[in-house]
Amino acid sequence: MAEVSVQNITKSFGALKALDNITMEFPDGGFFALLGPSGSGKTTLLRAIAGFIFTDIGTIRIGEESVENIPVERRDIGMMFQNYALFPNMTVADNVGFGLRVRKVGAVEEKRRIGEALELVRLNQHGDRKPHQLSGGQRQRVALARAIVTNPRVLLLDEPLSALDKALRVDMQFELKRIQREIGITTIFVTHDQEEALTLSDKIGILRDGKMVQAGPPREVYNNPADLFAAEFLGEANILTGIVSDGADIKIPQTAAPNSTLAVRPESITISKDEPTGEAISKCKAVLERRVFAGAMATCVLKSHGRTIKVISRDQDIPQNVSEGEDLWLNWPVETTLIVPEV
Amino acid sequence: MRGTFLARLGKLWLACILFFLYAPILVMAFMSFNASQYYQLPFEFSLKWYEKLAGNSEIIDAATRSVGIALVTTLIATILGTAASVALFRFEFRGKRFLQIMLFPPIAIPWLITGTAMLIFFFGVGLGRGTPSVIIGHVALALPYVIVVVSARLATFDATLEEAARSLGADSWTVTRRVTLPWISSGIIAGALFAFAVSFDQFVVSYFLSEPGDSTLPVLIYTSIRKGFTPEINAVSTIIIVISMAVMLIAARFSNFGGER
Repeated sequence: MAEVSVQNITKSFGALKALDNITMEFPDGGFFALLGPSGSGKTTLLRAIAGFIFTDIGTIRIGEESVENIPVERRDIGMMFQNYALFPNMTVADNVGFGLRVRKVGAVEEKRRIGEALELVRLNQHGDRKPHQLSGGQRQRVALARAIVTNPRVLLLDEPLSALDKALRVDMQFELKRIQREIGITTIFVTHDQEEALTLSDKIGILRDGKMVQAGPPREVYNNPADLFAAEFLGEANILTGIVSDGADIKIPQTAAPNSTLAVRPESITISKDEPTGEAISKCKAVLERRVFAGAMATCVLKSHGRTIKVISRDQDIPQNVSEGEDLWLNWPVETTLIVPEV
Repeated sequence: MRGTFLARLGKLWLACILFFLYAPILVMAFMSFNASQYYQLPFEFSLKWYEKLAGNSEIIDAATRSVGIALVTTLIATILGTAASVALFRFEFRGKRFLQIMLFPPIAIPWLITGTAMLIFFFGVGLGRGTPSVIIGHVALALPYVIVVVSARLATFDATLEEAARSLGADSWTVTRRVTLPWISSGIIAGALFAFAVSFDQFVVSYFLSEPGDSTLPVLIYTSIRKGFTPEINAVSTIIIVISMAVMLIAARFSNFGGER
C-alpha cells in the first residue's frame, strides 16, 4: 500500500497533448476516480501511472519511489482491464496465480494466496473453471482477484464496470468498495460514468482535453464546480444567465466573484403554480414543456427566456393538475446556487 | 424445384472438380501396384516396384536428403517467421507496412524466376550450388507462408492479455512464452507444416540450386523421367503424395481453414 503522487506530467503523441501538466495527489488507502469524456486523457493518465506509457516530463511517485523510468512489470501495481483480459488458456486459479508464479513465491504459498484471493471475491468454488465458462460478473471478480493477489502497492482499474449490465454494475460497485476497504489498497479507477464516480470515490479528478479541470472530494466538486464543464459533466446544471424580467428574482450569493456564471442543480428547484414567497429564495417563471414520470422521481423540462431548465423532484412534489404549455413558478434556496468561475 | 435443381448442379460441379483433381493421382497410385511395366491391363497386383524402389539407393538417398532439407527449412522458417510475426504484431516502427507488403511477392513470383535469380545471386556471392544454397532458398520461399499463417492467428489475439501479464510483473520473455505463444501455437504448427510441404515438394528452386548427384527427390524424379519412365517413379510419387497430403491435412486442421474453433 502506498500513496501515489503525480506532478506536472505531460505526454504528447505527435501534435496531440494527451496529458497537459497534470498534478494530482492520491493519498494512501483512498479510492479515486478519474472522470472525463472520451479523449479527455483519463485512460492515458491511468496508463502513465501503470507504466504502459512513459511521460515526457513531470514526476510520478508510488510511495517514496519515483517511477517515471520504471517499466510496468517492475512497478508493483495491480491492474484490471475493461475487457478483464483473463488468460483464456488458463484456469481461474492459474489466472489468479500468474503474478505469484512470476514472483516465484513457491507452490504452497501460491496455493494459499490464490485460495485467499478467490475467497475474497467469493469465487472459491470456481478455481478449476476456464474463463469462458464464467459469467461476466464472475470474470470481473477473477480479474480483481488476479490484480490484488500479489499485494500490489496500488490498484488501477480501467472502466472496470462498463461491460456489465446495470443491476450487476450496482452490485459490483458495492463489492468493489467492500474489497477495497477490506484490504485498504490505494485504488485509482477510470470511468466516464459520473454516478459511479460519485458513489465510489473519496476524491474525483475531472479531466478534459488532457488537462485536470478539478480534483477534490465528490461533494466539494459537485457543490463548487471549478468551471462550467465540471458543473455540467458532474451532474446536470441549469445555467441561469439571461433569465431576467417577468418577476424573476435571481439573487446572487454574496460569495460570488464578479464574473461568475450562476447555475442551479435540477434537484434544488421546486415547482409551484403560484408565485413563491420567502426571503432566501431565487425565483423565475417558466413554461412546462415536458413532464416525464419515472416511478419515485419525475423529470420536468421547462423553458424560460429561451433557456431550457431541467427539474428533478419527487413526483408528489410537483403540482398534480398541470399541463404542458402552462406557466409555472420555479424557486430554489439561494445557498444552493452554484457559483461557477469564468475560466 | 429450382432450388433442388441448383443444388444438384452444384454437387455435380463439385464432383467434376474432385474427379479432375484426383483421377490422375489415383491412376498413378493404382499403376504403382500394377505388375506390368507398360501399364497393361488387366491389373495384376504387385509390390515389385516398391521392392525395386527399396533397393534403389539413389532414390533412397535423395528422399533422405529431401526430408532432411525440409526439416531444417521448417525449423529455421518457423522460428524466423514466428519471431517476425510477433514483432510485426507487437511493435510500431517506420517502414512496417512496407515490410509487410514486401513479404507477399515471393508467394506470387513464379518459382522459375525466383530460382534463376537465386542461382545468379548465389554464384555472385560465391556460395554457388549445393545443399546450403538449397536450404537458404527453401527458407526464403517458406517464410512468407509461415508469417501469413502465424499473423492470421495473431490477429485474433487480444493485446491487452500481454499488458495484463506485464502488469502482473512478467518480463517480455515470460509474456511471450506464457501468454502469446500458447495462443498462437496452433498457427505455428500449421505454419511449420506449410513450410515442410513447401520445401519437400519444391522442384524448381531445388533443381537450380542443387549440385548434380546431390539432388532432392523431386529433382531426381524429374531427371529419371527424362531417362525413361519406370513404375518405380509411380511408387515413389505415391509415397510423396501420401506424405504431402497428410501434412497438408494436419496443417489445414490447425489453421482453422474449416472455420472451426
